[in-house]
Amino acid sequence: MASNSSGGSSDRQRIAQQRLRIIAGHLQRPVDGDSAILAAECKAQGSQPDASSEEKTVPRRRQEIMKWNGWGYSDSRFLFNKKGQAEFTGKRYRLSGMIIPGLKDWFESTFGASLQHKTPATPILNSSAVHPPTLNETFIEELKSTGIPFSHDAEDRVFRAHGHCLHEIFALREGRFGRVPDMVLWPNCHNDVVKIVELASKHNVCLIPYGGGTSVSSALECPKEETRSIVSLDTSQMNRILWIDEKNLTAHVEAGIVGQDLERLLNESGYCTGHEPDSMEFSSLGGWVATRASGMKKNIYGNIEDLIIHVKMVTPRGVIEKSCQGPRMSTGPDIHHFIMGSEGTLGVVTEVTMKIRPMPEYQKYGSVVFPNFEQGVACLREVARQRCAPASIRLMDNEQFKFGHALKPQVSSIFTSFLDGLKKFYITKFKGFDPNRLCVATLLFEGDREKVLQHEKQVYDIAAKFGGLAAGEDNGQRGYMLTFVIAYLRDLGMDYYVIGESFETSVPWDRVLDICRNVKARIVRECKEKGVQFPPLSTCRVTQTYDAGACVYFYFAFNYRGLSDPVHVYEQVEHAAREEILANGGSLSHHHGVGKLRKEWMRETVSNVGMGMLKSVKDYVDPNNIFGNRNLL
Amino acid sequence: MASKAVYLHRDPMLKKRDDFEDILEERRNSSDLRYALRCYTPILYKGVSPCKADTLKNMVLQSDQLHYVINQVSKEMSRAVDDIQEEASAILEEMAHCLQLSTVRFFAFTLSKVFKTLFRSICVNEEGIQRLQQAIQEHPVVLLPSHRSYMDFLLMSYILYTYDLALPVIAAGMDFMGMKFVGEMLRMSGAFFIRRSFGGDKLYWAVFSEYVKTMLKNGFAPVEFFLEGTRSRTCKSLTPKLGLLNIVMDPYFKGEVFDVSLVPVSISYERILEEALYAREMLGVPKPKESTSGLFKARKVLSEDYGSIHVYFGQPVSVRSLAEGRINRCQFNLIPRHVPNRPSEDIQSFVNDSAYRLVRAQEENMVLKPWVLLASLLLQNHHQNQASGQNPGMALDELTEQAVWLRDLSRQYGAFLHWPDHMPPPDVISSSLSLHRGLVKMSEGRVQLALEQAGGQAGPGEPRSTLATPEEELLSRAVVVLSCASYRNQALHVFLRPALLAAAIHTAASNQKQEVFNSFSFLRNMFSNEFILCPGATVQDFEEACFLLVKTGALQVTQQEVLVTERGHRTLVFLTSMLDPFLQGYQVVCRFLCEEAPEVLTEKQFIPAVRKFIIKHLLAGRLRYTEVLSSDLQKNTLAALLRLGAVRKIKGAAQGTLKVNKVMVNSLEDTLGGKLPTQKAVVARL
Ligand SMILES: Cc1cc2nc3c(=O)[nH]c(=O)nc-3n(C[C@H](O)[C@H](O)[C@H](O)COP(=O)(O)OP(=O)(O)OC[C@H]3O[C@@H](n4cnc5c(N)ncnc54)[C@H](O)[C@@H]3O)c2cc1C
Repeated sequence: MASNSSGGSSDRQRIAQQRLRIIAGHLQRPVDGDSAILAAECKAQGSQPDASSEEKTVPRRRQEIMKWNGWGYSDSRFLFNKKGQAEFTGKRYRLSGMIIPGLKDWFESTFGASLQHKTPATPILNSSAVHPPTLNETFIEELKSTGIPFSHDAEDRVFRAHGHCLHEIFALREGRFGRVPDMVLWPNCHNDVVKIVELASKHNVCLIPYGGGTSVSSALECPKEETRSIVSLDTSQMNRILWIDEKNLTAHVEAGIVGQDLERLLNESGYCTGHEPDSMEFSSLGGWVATRASGMKKNIYGNIEDLIIHVKMVTPRGVIEKSCQGPRMSTGPDIHHFIMGSEGTLGVVTEVTMKIRPMPEYQKYGSVVFPNFEQGVACLREVARQRCAPASIRLMDNEQFKFGHALKPQVSSIFTSFLDGLKKFYITKFKGFDPNRLCVATLLFEGDREKVLQHEKQVYDIAAKFGGLAAGEDNGQRGYMLTFVIAYLRDLGMDYYVIGESFETSVPWDRVLDICRNVKARIVRECKEKGVQFPPLSTCRVTQTYDAGACVYFYFAFNYRGLSDPVHVYEQVEHAAREEILANGGSLSHHHGVGKLRKEWMRETVSNVGMGMLKSVKDYVDPNNIFGNRNLL
Repeated sequence: MASKAVYLHRDPMLKKRDDFEDILEERRNSSDLRYALRCYTPILYKGVSPCKADTLKNMVLQSDQLHYVINQVSKEMSRAVDDIQEEASAILEEMAHCLQLSTVRFFAFTLSKVFKTLFRSICVNEEGIQRLQQAIQEHPVVLLPSHRSYMDFLLMSYILYTYDLALPVIAAGMDFMGMKFVGEMLRMSGAFFIRRSFGGDKLYWAVFSEYVKTMLKNGFAPVEFFLEGTRSRTCKSLTPKLGLLNIVMDPYFKGEVFDVSLVPVSISYERILEEALYAREMLGVPKPKESTSGLFKARKVLSEDYGSIHVYFGQPVSVRSLAEGRINRCQFNLIPRHVPNRPSEDIQSFVNDSAYRLVRAQEENMVLKPWVLLASLLLQNHHQNQASGQNPGMALDELTEQAVWLRDLSRQYGAFLHWPDHMPPPDVISSSLSLHRGLVKMSEGRVQLALEQAGGQAGPGEPRSTLATPEEELLSRAVVVLSCASYRNQALHVFLRPALLAAAIHTAASNQKQEVFNSFSFLRNMFSNEFILCPGATVQDFEEACFLLVKTGALQVTQQEVLVTERGHRTLVFLTSMLDPFLQGYQVVCRFLCEEAPEVLTEKQFIPAVRKFIIKHLLAGRLRYTEVLSSDLQKNTLAALLRLGAVRKIKGAAQGTLKVNKVMVNSLEDTLGGKLPTQKAVVARL
C-alpha cells in the first residue's frame, strides 16, 4: 500500500509534466501543411524518457521478436522433444521451460494423430515469393516530406497482410502469400495520421489500419480485387499514455498501445483498465475499439463500449470526436457507436479516453466441478440472475476439462499439489461424478479482501445448489494462465496434421444448452460428411454471463490426414457451424467482429434497412473508399 | 442424405429392399413364458435412463410452455390459475400412458399365443431393426406405421420387445377408452390417449403437445403414431394428418434437439381381420362401437387362417435433412420458444410435404401378395362380364396367364411383390384363392367373386335375412366387392401414376403431349384427396408415369406427342380399368349434386342422400361399379369439390351447410367424363 501511494504521487508529477508538454505542443501547433514541424512535435513527445518507452513491446520490425507464420513470440512455442514429451520453450510464461507429460497421449488419442506424421512449416520467409509492391509514387513523394517512417520490405508487408484465422496462418506455413500491402507506415501520433489520411485521399491510396494484428475475421486481409496501392497503417508507435485524470478516473491513451503495455503502465500508477481480452499481449486499444472487443473481466470493468469516454478518429472527411467528456449524453444516436465496430472501414482511431480503476486490492482464483454441463449452465444462469458474477466466470465442457488435465505440467508450485490427485479421486469416486460428463467452471474474484471472500461464499453457495463442488484455487488459476498459452498450441497441432480454430457467439440463456449441443453435433456431422477421417474435437465453453444471455465459445479441431484441401474442408465446416449458430438463436459475433469472414450474414443480421444505414454512413464518411479493407458491408 | 430415401428412385426396378425374418418361428419352437419373462434391457437415446410415468407428468406440468398457457387461459376465462392447473392435471391423467413392464410381459405371452393361432408368420426385415436400433441411440425417434388394423400397435410393440428395442409410447384415439379393461391394458403397454377433436381447446392442445414433446426431446421412448390418423378401411393409404407430425418436428425447428428420425413402417396383412367390418361400415351399416366384447367377438369369429404379416421398417428419415434449405429456423429467434405460436406458412407446407413423402415411403415398402393382383383382375373381369352379360368369372388358366402378366408388369413398376417364384403359378394362385375363400369361389372350373353367398358372408354372426329386398341384396354383394376392392387397393400406389396417364391419354382430345399433360394434371388434382399424390409433384409424377410406360414398351413419348404402341394396348386397358371405378364414382357424385341435391345440403345429409342416389342408379343398371357405394369415395369426392371451390361451406349458417356451384360441378363432371377438354373446364383455375 505504501509503495502504491508513493507510486501514485510520483505518477501525478509525471502526469503534470506530461500535461505541460502537451499544452506546449498545442501552443506550438504549426500552421497547416508544415509537416516537418508536425513530425518533429510527435517525435519530441515520443522521445521523452519518462513513458517507459524502452519497455514497449512492439517494435516496428515485429518479426524481430514475433513469429511471421504463427502465434506470439518467436522464442515461445510448444514442441515434442526427443523423448516425445511436450514442452513449452522460452522464459516468458509460467509454463515456459516445462514438460507437459499428458499432452502427447491426449493429442494422439483425441485426434488420432501421431508424432511420426509431421507437417512442418516453411522455416524462412521467401521474399521472392512475395509480389513486388504496387507503389503510388506521388503519394510516396509527398509522404517523404512528412518524415513518417515507411517500408516496402517484403517481410514487413507480409507480416501485416493477415490476422490469425486458420486459413491465413496455414497459407503462411506453406509459404503462400496472396495480396499483401504494398507498403507499411508507422505514424507516431494523431497528427501523423491526419497527414497520412489527407495524402491517401489526395492520391487515392487504399489504407488499412493495423493494430495488433490479432484479428480473427479476415479483417486485415487485402481485398483481392483492390488495384490501388494498399498501405498498411501500423499504429504500434502511437503507444503513449498521454495523461491520467485521477479526479475522474480516466486516462487518455494513444490507440496503438497494446493491452499488456497499457495495463503495465497504468499499474505503475496504481491503476488498471481491467480490459483483458485473451489477446491482450498483442491486441491494441484501437483494435478493440474497431472490433468492439470484450475482456475477460467485463463483469467488473465492462466491455470496450462501457469503458470508452471519448474517441478521436481520423476519417477522409476529417476528425470525428465529441466536444466534452460527460459520462452519458442524450444527443441523438451515439456517434461512438459508428466508430466502435467500424473495423477500419471509416478511419483510424488515434486517441481514446477510457475509464481507469484503482488496482484491486485482492484477487482470488477458484474453480467448481459440476456433475454435468447442464448443471453448470444452470448455475451460471442463477449467478447471472442474482447479478453476482465474479470478475470472470467460465464454464468448460467435459472435453475441455479433460484437455485442461492434459496440459498439467510436470512440476510446479502453482500447478500441482499432491491434493490434485486426491481431489480427482474425490470427485469421481465419492461424489459419483462421471468423469466423462463432469465439467468445470473457473472463477476469478477481485476487489477488497473482505468483499471478495463474501462474494466467493455467495457464488459457492449457489454452485452447491446445482451440485457443484469447489475444486480449488489451483485449478482456477491454471485455467486462466492457460488462456495465454493456448493460442500457441494451434501451431503445435499444425506441425502434426491437426488444424483448428475457435469461434464465438452470444445467445439468450434459454438457448445456451441447445446451441452448445447442436453446434457441437453439427461440427461432428459435417466433418464426417466432408470426408474427415478422424473424429474431430468439438467442444465449447461459456465464457461470459449477462443479464439476458451468455457468450459461448466453440473450439473445433481435426486431424486432416487424407484430405487434399484441409483448409477448404475446415472452412465449410466452420460455415455450417455458423449457420447452425444462427439457426439456434445465436448472434453472428459476440466480440470477434464480422470482417470479411462473416460478411455474408450481415444483411440478415441487421436487416435491409440496417445495412442501408451503415452503407450511407460509409458513403458519407469515406466516399472514395480510402479505408478499403471491405470489412463488414 | 436420408431424405433421398423418401424420394422415388428413378427406376423402381432398382429399388433395393431387405430380406425378412419370421419372428413366429422361434415362438413355435421355444417357451412363450420364458420369452415373456426374459431379461429385457433396451438401449435408449444417448444412454438416458428410462423415466417413470409420474416424473414425466411432473415435467410436463412444470414446463414453461404449459405454465404460459395456463396463465393465458386463466386470464381469458377469469378463472383461478390453480383451477386451470388442476384441469391440466386431469387432462394429463386422462391422456398419459403408464408403461409397465409386467403388462408388456403379459402381452408378450398372450400375443404369442394369439399370433400363432391367427397367423402363419410375422415377417420383419431385420436390417430395418438394426437401423432403428442405431437411430434410437443417435436421435429421438418417431415410429410411423401404416394403419390397417387394430392389431397394428400391439404388433409394433410386440416386435420391438422381441428385438429388445425401446418400447414406444403410442398415440391412440380416445375411442379405445370406451373399452375399460382393454383401454387400461393398452395404457400400461405404452398407449396414451388423445381426444378425437379438441379444436379450439388451447389447454388441451398445450398439455398434449407438451406431453409428446417432453417424451421425444428427452429421448425417453420412441413416439409412435399413425400419420393416416385412423385405420384405412379401404387399404388405400389415407391422406396424412399433420397435427402430430407438426408436434414432433417442432423441437427440431426450435433447436431443442439436433435432429429427429422419422421411421416409416409398412405393415401388410395378407388377410385383414377387420375385412368385412370395414366394408359394412363403408356401406352405412353403422360402425360397431369399439367395445371390448365387440373386439372379442370379432376375434372369436375370425379365429381362422389369416396368412402372414409383413412388417418393413423403412429407412429412418432425418427431419434435419428434410428441412435443409426449406426451413429458416431463425424465425423462432424473436419469440420465446415456450409461447405457443401458429406454425408459419412455410412450416405448414413443409410438414404437409413431408407427411406425403412419408406416407409414400410406407406405400413403397408394403409387401403385396399374389392375391392382391388376383383381386384386381377378378374385379375388372367381374365388371366387364357384368357389362357384356357373359358367364361370370374367369377360367383358372386364363386367370393364371393374366396374373403372371400382371406379376411381371407390377415388378417392372417397382412393386414389392412377394410371389413365391419356386412354385408353379397355378399353385400360387390356388393357394391364394383358398386363403380368401370368403370372397371367391370356384365353380365349373371358373373363378368368380363369391357374390351369392354374400348375404351370409356379410354379417358373420348375424342371422341371415330370409326375405332380402333388391336393395339388401345389392348391399350384401357390395360387401364382397368392397372387400375385394380393398385388396386391389393395396396395389393401387404401384399403378397409380401410369393409370392416371392412361386415363389422361384416354380423355385427352389428342395425342399432343401438352394436352395429355393437362388432362393428367387435372385428374391428378381431382384425385388428390383419394390417393397419395405429393403436393407440387405433378411434373415429377407425369415424368415417372411416362418413364414407366415407355420403359415397358407401352408408350412412345416424343417432344410433342404421346403414342400408345401396339403391345401397349393391353397395359393401358388394364390401367384405365383400374382407375375407372373412381372416375365413374366421382362423376356420379357430381351428377347427384347437380341433379338431386337440394340448394342447401348439410354435410350430415350428404352421405345418406348420395348413397340413395347411387343405389337407385345401380339398381336401374345405369351404373356398373358397386364399389362407388363406398362412403370413403363419396367423402373424398366432396372433399375434392370443396378444395376446388365447386362446393362451399356456408359461413355463419348451421354447422356444415354446403352450397353447391352447379355450373362448376357440372363442368367438372363433364371433364372427368372426357366430354370437355381440360383446359376449358377447370384447369385454368386449378
Ligand atoms: C488468441 C486470440 C484471442 C483473442 N481473444 C479475444 C478476446 O478475449 N476478446 C476479444 O474481444 N477479442 C479477442 N480476439 C480477437 C482480437 O484480438 C480482437 O478483435 C482485437 O480487438 C483486435 O485488435 P488488434 O489490435 O489486434 O486489431 P487488428 O487485428 O490489427 O485489426 C482488427 C481490425 O481493426 C482495424 N483496426 C485496428 N486498429 C485500428 C485503429 N486504430 N483504428 C481503426 N481501425 C483499426 C483493422 O483495420 C482491422 O479491421 C482474440 C484473438 C486471438 C488471436
